[in-house]
Amino acid sequence: MQVIDLIDQKGRATVAESNVPAIELIGVNKSFGPVHANKDINLVVGKGSIHGIIGENGAGKSTLMSILYGFYNADSGTIKIDGKATTIPDSKSAISQGIGMVHQHFMLVDPFTVLENVILGAEGGALLKDGVANARRELQRLADEYDMTIDPDAVVGELPVGLQQRVEILKALYRGADILILDEPTGVLTPSEADHLFRILRVLRDQGKTVLLITHKLREIMDVTDTVSVMRRGEMVASRKTAETSMEELAELMVGRSVLLEVDKPEVKVGKPLLKVEGLNVRDDRGVLRVKDVSFEVRAGEVLGIAGVSGNGQSELLAALSGITRAESGTMELSGEKLDLAGVHDAAEMRHKGMSHVPEDRHRMGLINQFSEYENSILGYHREPKYSKGMFLDKDAIRKEAKERIEKYDIRPPTTEMTAAKFSGGNQQKIVLAREIECDPDVLLIGQPTRGVDIGAIEYIHNRIMDMRAQGKAVLLVSVELDEIRSLSDRIIVMFDGNVVGERGAEATEQDLGLLMAGVNQEAAE
Amino acid sequence: MLDTIILVLDSTFRLSTPLLFACLAGLFSERSGIVDIGLEGKILGSAFAAAAAAYVFQSPWIGLLAGIFVSVLLALIHGYASITQRGNQVVSGVAINFLAAGLTVLLGQAWFSQGGRTPALDSASRFNNIELPFADALADVPVFGPIYANLISGHNILVYASFAAVPLVWWIVFRTRFGLRLRAVGENPSAADTAGLSVTLLRYRATIICGILCGFSGAYLSVAQGAGFIKDMSAGKGFIALAALIFAKWKPVNAMFTCLLFGFLDALAIRLQGQEIPGIGEVPVQVFQALPYVLTVVLLAGFIGRAIPPKASGIPYVKERT
Repeated sequence: MQVIDLIDQKGRATVAESNVPAIELIGVNKSFGPVHANKDINLVVGKGSIHGIIGENGAGKSTLMSILYGFYNADSGTIKIDGKATTIPDSKSAISQGIGMVHQHFMLVDPFTVLENVILGAEGGALLKDGVANARRELQRLADEYDMTIDPDAVVGELPVGLQQRVEILKALYRGADILILDEPTGVLTPSEADHLFRILRVLRDQGKTVLLITHKLREIMDVTDTVSVMRRGEMVASRKTAETSMEELAELMVGRSVLLEVDKPEVKVGKPLLKVEGLNVRDDRGVLRVKDVSFEVRAGEVLGIAGVSGNGQSELLAALSGITRAESGTMELSGEKLDLAGVHDAAEMRHKGMSHVPEDRHRMGLINQFSEYENSILGYHREPKYSKGMFLDKDAIRKEAKERIEKYDIRPPTTEMTAAKFSGGNQQKIVLAREIECDPDVLLIGQPTRGVDIGAIEYIHNRIMDMRAQGKAVLLVSVELDEIRSLSDRIIVMFDGNVVGERGAEATEQDLGLLMAGVNQEAAE
Repeated sequence: MLDTIILVLDSTFRLSTPLLFACLAGLFSERSGIVDIGLEGKILGSAFAAAAAAYVFQSPWIGLLAGIFVSVLLALIHGYASITQRGNQVVSGVAINFLAAGLTVLLGQAWFSQGGRTPALDSASRFNNIELPFADALADVPVFGPIYANLISGHNILVYASFAAVPLVWWIVFRTRFGLRLRAVGENPSAADTAGLSVTLLRYRATIICGILCGFSGAYLSVAQGAGFIKDMSAGKGFIALAALIFAKWKPVNAMFTCLLFGFLDALAIRLQGQEIPGIGEVPVQVFQALPYVLTVVLLAGFIGRAIPPKASGIPYVKERT
């Protein structure tokens, strides 16, 4: 398929006249106050193709797509759909022009059934009865045509995320979408679910639909797209045919400099176990057993990765180990000292005993968003004598140390006074990381270290973790990103439904881990 | 014995009616994601306007319309503050309660000079009790007779209207397009927005319906049950209705039973006032007045499971920047 004929020097694509593009954006601008989120964006997407848009977090991808879906209005610029200039003032107009969107955070009403969600806004009559029978038939037809079976009467909130996403796609198709925009669709999926999604996307393309895939994962771009555009800091910096580019080139375009995609992992002499967990059981506040009889150890100079689809007990495991919640039973040996995890303990005590914790959700647990940088830099350590002057905080000392860390960790902008909320995701994570590493712990618990963090910062954070390993610390890494787990860990355990369903070495393949994460192959693993 | 039971049940109906109107009003508002602490204020405002208009025009119907008008006006203030200006819904609701409490007395004194009351209404200016057909003829039939004649017959039209509203509200909320959209904006306004619906418009419509129903509730107090407006005559009914709404888990039929239960407790309190209960002695009336709240807390805490409000309830809708 000849979609893009020419790619000029600046990376802008031009299109053959015979082939009218499904979407064409010319000079689109959008600002939010002082933030210029989209600068003079030009984009051409051919009909019946899968077009990827890749860029770091905050590069403006989602904003651009929201403009296309009428969620925001562009400040200036032209939008052409099927060659005709048009305006998209709201989502209703986008839908009527055949644009459908699958949002990163699903736009579903949890207590509604699949059918109710699909017809919402397109009910086909003032009374539900009229439209429902039709909708049911139509939904069935679509499900068959695109191989997306689903129970129309299931309550959406009770479906697994993979199926919820399917509902979102069906919703768009039900409204007659010819152009389907997917915003970071694989963030919540297992590798096999993601594969299934890509199969569906290919079927859609082959039926003549146009698919726009937004992602920051290079692999997905290479796997599934026909053409790809790269965004950096609000600008569209390049468009390529996927077959004619490489991960390295795209990564460089995204960041603006060459990036190490592989983490440098030197040989480290592994020492004695620093963290030993035995028979850990954790119940959540609803009384459901979320961690089931988990045991493992992490040795000095070793990174133990815990892989798994989110929601399989990893969060509860971290919370129990770090002292945030109390376990139902289980013991922990920390640098040789035995602790009953079902007994009384708290997060401060754990830190005192030499175990740091970079929590999974930095907004909820790692930072106080409305506190300034220097205040956040001592959270949990604020009782340390070096930060105190009598019963008061020694703000000068705190600021001085915060400044040193800002320099050392390259936190931007380099100020101690700005509130945490105003830093970008990567810099927020660096603030947390600096705090938890600089206190020189023996054991580091780290959850989702690079969630919502851009590529440059990811590289930095990975290197810091490798430094910890080289210094002979024990690192427990929990992540839903398989690539991250595989490139950082010395050993990998996989959690499914609260159980450890298998242990693998660093050389484990993605397929192998993916199967374990999906809960199949459970017997073979044990 | 049967007579006593019928008497208590009869007044249960009368006392449940204003609660039921207010509870259904709150249901619309909260289902759309707008928390409404201001039910009380709207009832009070409506009660005053209804009594004043009914007195001036000698017509309960004009009174009812005036009550609805004022109540909708107050609802729109709440809507403007919480939908358009995205203010804090609790603060706005409380403000409406104060506004109504103060204004009614002030205007009442200015217009009628009776210490904040409105003049007593004669029977032509009130909703009078309706005798259903054959009530007299059947009164002597054992058991069924008294129940029909004394319990079912002999209420004013608003009592019947409030109970008729229950299936109607159920049908609107669960069987119409508007109901589906209403529930969607209350649960996940972003979903409604991306489906091409106007969150603002839907919420305003819900707020207006809430105002209309509160108007009925207020008018009932002053031109049907009572014969004129008295200072603070809503006496916390708006708050009890909110408790009933939580108790009913935001469902219309549940709301009816809950309001009947709370009305029954009220009726019992009046009946038992100053009477000795065998074995216990005289129970202070406040115990019964507190019972609806105590029941709500106790039952919600353990017996009927968690009441999960509409998820977006109380949160102003702002398109988020991702």
